[in-house]
Amino acid sequence: MTASSIFWNVMFYIGVALVVLIAVFPFYYAVLSSFETGTDLFRVNYLPQSWDFSNYETVLGRASFLRSVLNSVFVATVTVLAALLLAVTASYALARVRFRGRGLLLLTILAVSMFPQIAVLSGLYELINWLGLYNTPWALIISYTIFTLPFTVWVLTTFMRDLPVEIEEAAIVDGASPWVIITKVFLPLLWPAMVTTGLLAFIGAWNEFLFALTFTIDETQRTVPVAIANFSGASVQEIPWGPIMAASVVVTVPLIILVLVFQRKIVAGLTAGGVKG
Amino acid sequence: MTTTITAATERAMARETGLQQQRVRAAFWFLAPMLLMLFFVAAWPLFRSIMFSFTDADANNIFSGGAEWVGFENYLTWRVRENGDIRWRGVLADPDWWNAVWNTVRFAIISVGLETVLGLLVALMLNAEFKGRGLVRAAILIPWAIPTIVSARMWGWMLNDQYGIINSMLLSVGLIDSPIAWTARPDTAMIAVLIVDIWKTTPFMALLMLAGLQMIPRDMYESAKIDGIHPVKVFFRVTLPLLKPALMVAVIFRLLDALRIFDLIWVLTPRSEGTVTMSVISFQNIREFGDYAEGSAQSSLLFLIILIFVGLYIWLGRVDLTGERS
Repeated sequence: MTASSIFWNVMFYIGVALVVLIAVFPFYYAVLSSFETGTDLFRVNYLPQSWDFSNYETVLGRASFLRSVLNSVFVATVTVLAALLLAVTASYALARVRFRGRGLLLLTILAVSMFPQIAVLSGLYELINWLGLYNTPWALIISYTIFTLPFTVWVLTTFMRDLPVEIEEAAIVDGASPWVIITKVFLPLLWPAMVTTGLLAFIGAWNEFLFALTFTIDETQRTVPVAIANFSGASVQEIPWGPIMAASVVVTVPLIILVLVFQRKIVAGLTAGGVKG
Repeated sequence: MTTTITAATERAMARETGLQQQRVRAAFWFLAPMLLMLFFVAAWPLFRSIMFSFTDADANNIFSGGAEWVGFENYLTWRVRENGDIRWRGVLADPDWWNAVWNTVRFAIISVGLETVLGLLVALMLNAEFKGRGLVRAAILIPWAIPTIVSARMWGWMLNDQYGIINSMLLSVGLIDSPIAWTARPDTAMIAVLIVDIWKTTPFMALLMLAGLQMIPRDMYESAKIDGIHPVKVFFRVTLPLLKPALMVAVIFRLLDALRIFDLIWVLTPRSEGTVTMSVISFQNIREFGDYAEGSAQSSLLFLIILIFVGLYIWLGRVDLTGERS
């Protein structure tokens, strides 16, 4: 190896180290802060000084915070199941059947997932009030369909389009109806794609903020992002940074584990969908 | 002889079209539930929101149906005063609205621009073969996995004026003389928002571009290497043109996402004039002041801007978003 190639190798690894450091440090620092109380918290340090669990006790002792975690789990789960149910048949039609206006329909569905949520806010507010769902989890489940359903349809369509024609042709020759083709031929092949899309839709619903902020008012109906955004201390000036960091860690660690476990699938789903989760 | 063949073919063709018709009919019923759902949660509310922008809807009359049609009054209207001066009113004559437009555009262009460049660098890095590549890819997924609200809180703490680690770092290397209230000062609030957004979204850009990079055949690079072409030239002549389709799609998705930004700004820099965007100002009118009419006018304008922008992008760039052609 020449001197210059060694130099560039070293530079490359420094670059890699820098990227990893920047990516990981903020979360590391949040974990660090979540274990600190009193003066320790307000002194900047780079290495753990103490292992004090009192911030976690504060957060997990709050009935309203636990309630918001349960709300989030419920809303995200129902949203994902509903989206998958509606999307499987729709994406079969979009991926495997040729009909006029298919491209335009796909483009419209994509447009729905990308348009600004604020543009439907007042109309949706009216609809939810009319249905009597204001300040309930169902208001969120309905409104989250706006972004989870198009996304799920879109990704499942791209997955299904890539499956070979032969498997379907054999079933058609055997006289199978489209419904049988979906449930007996495609569904077993589609499980991996459905896990990926379901996971991404779950993350999207778990993180959603605008609708959750608009359509819930009571502490007992809130989801996690609204609860964390509204975390306040004894007085307005005094922001309880310790408990906020503890709450952030509690709701983020499961997500990070999920994402790392399903890493390859998620990257594949993201590139197929091209949509930010 | 020939007649029998024709008859057989015709019968086969008839069966084929019958089958095709049956499939199209089935397709309609498969699509119907999804389309119905999207009509109720997206198309109808969008239509109603646009309708509200032409009425005087507010918190008192919106649910009783008492809102009255006022035409374009929420957008732009004028009154001639006694002394002959013309007084303009409405969203389009409101400096706060134009400030929000400017903030949104500024944010979208700077964040997406930097995310594209940085994302490309990270993607090129991950496309090289080195030990621990899988670990690095896992590490850069972490910012993406963290909920936006949590990122906003985490960075809010790191950017804190008195106890924040960022000020402490900058002070210790001598880049600043005194702590900066990053999120509170109007001139630095946008920088704070940009830092957090770029940190959170660059991984997403990098992964999209990495997928594009991996589609480029390796032997292209090898033949360029054999011909002794400089790596920088290879990047601009081979990599970039081949990456262009993936890049165009990634950039449009990010731009659309950046133009509607709400959550990060709402939590990181609340009520800062330096960062209020179109989504934020519209939300404030609708939810905080109960001014459905003006808020809807603003959200409809944002929708219109995005519509025009997407139309231009698809038309000028000839981007194949649906992947139907490939």
